[in-house]
Amino acid sequence: MAPGLLWLILLSPLIASIIITVLTRKSGRLSALISVGAILLSFFLSLGPLAHILAEPQAPPTEYFWYWLNLPTLQVKMGILIDPLSVVMLLVVTGVGSLIHIYSMGYMKGDPGYSRYFASLSFFTFSMLGIVLSNNFVQTYIFWELVGLSSFLLIGFWFEKPSAADAAKKAFLTTRVGDFGFMIGIVFLYFVVGSFNFSELSASLKQGGFPETLLTVAALLIFTGAVGKSAQFPLHVWLPDAMEGPTPVSALIHAATMVAAGVYLVARSFFLFSAAPDALEAVAYIGGFTAIMAATIAIAQNDIKRIIAYSTLSQLGYMMMGLGVGGYTAGMFHLTMHAFFKALLFLAAGSVIHAVHTQDIWEMGGLSKYLKITSTTFLIGALANAGLFPLSGFWSKDEILVAAYESGHLLLFWVGIVTAFFTALYMFRLFFVVFTGAPRSAEGHGKHEAPHESPPVMTVPLVILAFFSAVAGFAGAPGLEHGFASYVHFGAAGHPAFHFSIAAGSTLVALAGIGVAWAFYSARLFSAERLASRFSFAYRLLQNKYYFDELYFWIIRNIQGGIALFCNWVEEWVVINFFVNGTAALTRWTGGILRLSQTGKLQTYLMMFIIGIIGVVLLLLATFIPSQVVAVR
Amino acid sequence: MTDFPYLSVIFLAPLLGAVFMIFLSEENKTAIRRIAAGATLISLALSILLLFKFDQVAGGFQFVEKIDWIPSLGVSWHLGVDGISLAMVLLTSFIIFTGVFISFSIEKRVKEFFILLLTLVTGVYGVFMSLDLFFFYFFYELAVIPMYLLIGIWGSTNREYATMKLTLYLTFGAVIALVSILAIYAVAQSELGHYTFDLLQLGRIHYSDAFQIIFFLPLLIGFGILVPMWPFHSWSPGGHAAAPSAVSMLHAGVLMKLGAYGIIRSMFLFPVGAKFWMPLVAVLCMANILYGGYVAMTRRDLKFMIGYSSSSHMGYVLLGMASLNIIALNGAVLLMFAHGIMTGLAFALVGFIYDQSHTRLMPEWGGQFGYDAANTADPSQKKYPEISGLAKKLPFIGFFFIATAMASAGLPGFANFVSEFMIVVGTFRVYPVQTVLAVFGVVITAIYYLRAIRAAFFGEIHPKWEKLQDAVTWTQRLPFLVLLSVLLIVGFYPSLLVDPIHTGSAALLAKIQGSAGLSEGATLVEWARSVIR
Repeated sequence: MAPGLLWLILLSPLIASIIITVLTRKSGRLSALISVGAILLSFFLSLGPLAHILAEPQAPPTEYFWYWLNLPTLQVKMGILIDPLSVVMLLVVTGVGSLIHIYSMGYMKGDPGYSRYFASLSFFTFSMLGIVLSNNFVQTYIFWELVGLSSFLLIGFWFEKPSAADAAKKAFLTTRVGDFGFMIGIVFLYFVVGSFNFSELSASLKQGGFPETLLTVAALLIFTGAVGKSAQFPLHVWLPDAMEGPTPVSALIHAATMVAAGVYLVARSFFLFSAAPDALEAVAYIGGFTAIMAATIAIAQNDIKRIIAYSTLSQLGYMMMGLGVGGYTAGMFHLTMHAFFKALLFLAAGSVIHAVHTQDIWEMGGLSKYLKITSTTFLIGALANAGLFPLSGFWSKDEILVAAYESGHLLLFWVGIVTAFFTALYMFRLFFVVFTGAPRSAEGHGKHEAPHESPPVMTVPLVILAFFSAVAGFAGAPGLEHGFASYVHFGAAGHPAFHFSIAAGSTLVALAGIGVAWAFYSARLFSAERLASRFSFAYRLLQNKYYFDELYFWIIRNIQGGIALFCNWVEEWVVINFFVNGTAALTRWTGGILRLSQTGKLQTYLMMFIIGIIGVVLLLLATFIPSQVVAVR
Repeated sequence: MTDFPYLSVIFLAPLLGAVFMIFLSEENKTAIRRIAAGATLISLALSILLLFKFDQVAGGFQFVEKIDWIPSLGVSWHLGVDGISLAMVLLTSFIIFTGVFISFSIEKRVKEFFILLLTLVTGVYGVFMSLDLFFFYFFYELAVIPMYLLIGIWGSTNREYATMKLTLYLTFGAVIALVSILAIYAVAQSELGHYTFDLLQLGRIHYSDAFQIIFFLPLLIGFGILVPMWPFHSWSPGGHAAAPSAVSMLHAGVLMKLGAYGIIRSMFLFPVGAKFWMPLVAVLCMANILYGGYVAMTRRDLKFMIGYSSSSHMGYVLLGMASLNIIALNGAVLLMFAHGIMTGLAFALVGFIYDQSHTRLMPEWGGQFGYDAANTADPSQKKYPEISGLAKKLPFIGFFFIATAMASAGLPGFANFVSEFMIVVGTFRVYPVQTVLAVFGVVITAIYYLRAIRAAFFGEIHPKWEKLQDAVTWTQRLPFLVLLSVLLIVGFYPSLLVDPIHTGSAALLAKIQGSAGLSEGATLVEWARSVIR
């Protein structure tokens, strides 16, 4: 494929974004069409590299670049790297992205910022594609930050709403803390190995000879960036708040693509992590911890989007865990499947919100009667997320569990199993509460008339995503000759192992989770309220998300704020008032004293003059006479 | 080297404009504004032309013009630019050109204002172009005096105090530097047999190590005051806050760079002195970056915040210079350019708001260091409201402010990122701890800028601000567009400026590396240890 067309994949959303900002701002409809057209163009152009990869799975990666900085001592080559990993991600971003763009045309209809929305969305797509296609760490970092910017703009899309404005700020700053480590990691790696370029780094590391400690430090620092962007513990706090943005944004950025960038980054720099096993262990445990922590929080939340957001956190943790235990293919496969079903869940949730104008699940209920397509597709998404055979989530989750089991990480394996139970539980708690039973709120469905199904521009993407959520998993089915694993792999291509007992076990666990949800929230065999009041401490802990926000707020307020106030105190009192104004005061005071000698009276001056002369004469005598005496003697 | 006296024309265009204005009536504001715009446009166009005519292979000083003036004292009209000063001249041209447009909103004593403004910029050009130490010093002083009047007459917040402090500081700095300049002059006479202020000749003399170590310090402090290097920075935020927009732009955008430029030239004269003293700068600049950043965090006045931010970011320039590493030095010079443009943009935007709102105070939302709570007090109830929620009424200004904030916070795509990245890469080898702290400083920048966006532009708008006017006419929009475009162009294609800068800094680094190393036990650290013992 001609390199020009590859560059066009990257640039077409940027061009769309510029055109919308500069020219078609006034016409929302035209702006939307340009934006959708641009990402569709990228999608169809991405099929070229796909065909290439499918035809020649063993072909070496293709790379095109130009010199961004070209100094004798520092060269940075910006470019495009096409290999199976980037192609998968390319298709996820442009494919799922296209559907979400189309859905947005319906969802955002009538919003005064319609054009601004699409300009930002296209800018996001551009930035995300920049990460995907990047051939070096500097470029990744550049687009990494641009993605952060577009995320900031889109979370704060309704910037007049204080909660949205706060959430945007929080998201940007929290990920920025991670990027602090990322930047240092990149520079540190350059310092150790001497390149930014992935292929060069990979080749150098293969030759070996670098101290493992240094590589571990570099890998951990780079992982910090992934922790921030993929909202892993301890930088996970921003993602739930990010739900203040429009729902399609949550689907695209905060579920399917941007938050997966951290996982992609780890996969992309797997050559580094595999050379630093300790760092990889850290990835695995942080991922596992995030998975189970977020899954437990999700059980006690009441906002439809936040529940799905915590689910995203948990699933991202799953992917990290997969990568960390060495399941490169498993992690990336789960990323791909997750993109389908999580985008689906968010878009379906958006369709619900569109219908009932509330996000509180306890104000919904019995919606499957009104929203047939939405509820059916949501059910498919929920089943896929819960990992039920034969939906997509089943296959990918299973691969991760197998990878954890086979690599001997038994603790993580059990964490995965328990998380699977919680996942099924919260997904179906959500499903039963929202779609089955009777309307729960006293006011019926929100404050509006009977809910109605969304227009086709919104439901068609739902159906397409539901289709992929249902069947895409077969691409990774064991025993498949040319499955996902034969393209996306690190080192030698391998077929995923299949353990019947693990598959059966995880399915049973998921069914158990669904069963518990059914018992509590549909059949009402038990009362969730009673349980909550019996274990009120645990319940409050979960509902308040383990008090992470409170802890961080305390740190920011007291430590960071304390430092800032101290510096300001030094500035005001020590630097300005004491030294600067003190110098001025001292000068003025000296002047005031010396002024006393300027009396303006002639007698005084004359007397001073005479005293002066006498003084000089005495001085001369004192120095002159002794020397004469010495000379004479 | 070239027949057309580019540098003299760039330098003289504003001066001639100012002279021409003297003969115009005070009432003829339009003509005065047009002349100012025209004169600075000539300088800008020629500066851009210089960038493309600059021979990057040859390097060194180009477009040299030399006319003897007082041969017996060795004073001559000697202009020329290398890659470093070229970037500075270009920066000055962009800032003054846009600054003139920003100043169109000034209605009080228009004629005097523009005459002073153009005189000021003439002085700045002179400093960057002069290859003669006498004129270098002369033009430096020439820049300070109009500044005093511009802030004193057209300024705002606490202007008498601010302008007095600023002028005293700058003059004091100049006098300290003068000590070394005179010492150099005297030594050159004994070395060469004749008096000269010619920087090129002075640069070829080999000064004794002790001389270099002693006389680098006054230069470092004198120019460091201007940078402003901590703890001599306190003149700067107050000065920024008091100055009218265009003067803030020139002040933060260009004048502070004069200091850094002076230090770079001093390093060229005294390589051994630089080796001895720059480790101290590597420590002080941390105070700039972190302390300045934290102070900026506490400020509710937007201009004070940007002022402290400026002094914080000049810390990166100092760090890049202190590392004596070619990549970092290139980054430092590029940051001087990028920061100048960025901060000019920031002051222009704040000035635009202040002209209408007459306040720059941001609300304290949810407690001073709040990160969670929204502005709980009903904003419409406040009698003297702070600026908040402006993005609704000022989408254009809001967009540019967010872009500026992002540029300042080191977001890629803007020139600032490239330069900070180069500083970090280059410095890491020499001062790893400082580098890590410097990168943390970028997080601090993001914190206070995002707070400012949140406070001033996002959230609910007070009814009082409903009547604010966005920038709509092209004269209003042009300066913002020009400055942002420059940041983006350099950010996406940094080689445009980095390559010429490299020719200048490579020569400097070659000289420093070629100079004798400090003998064992003769470093600043060793010396400090012996004193403590």
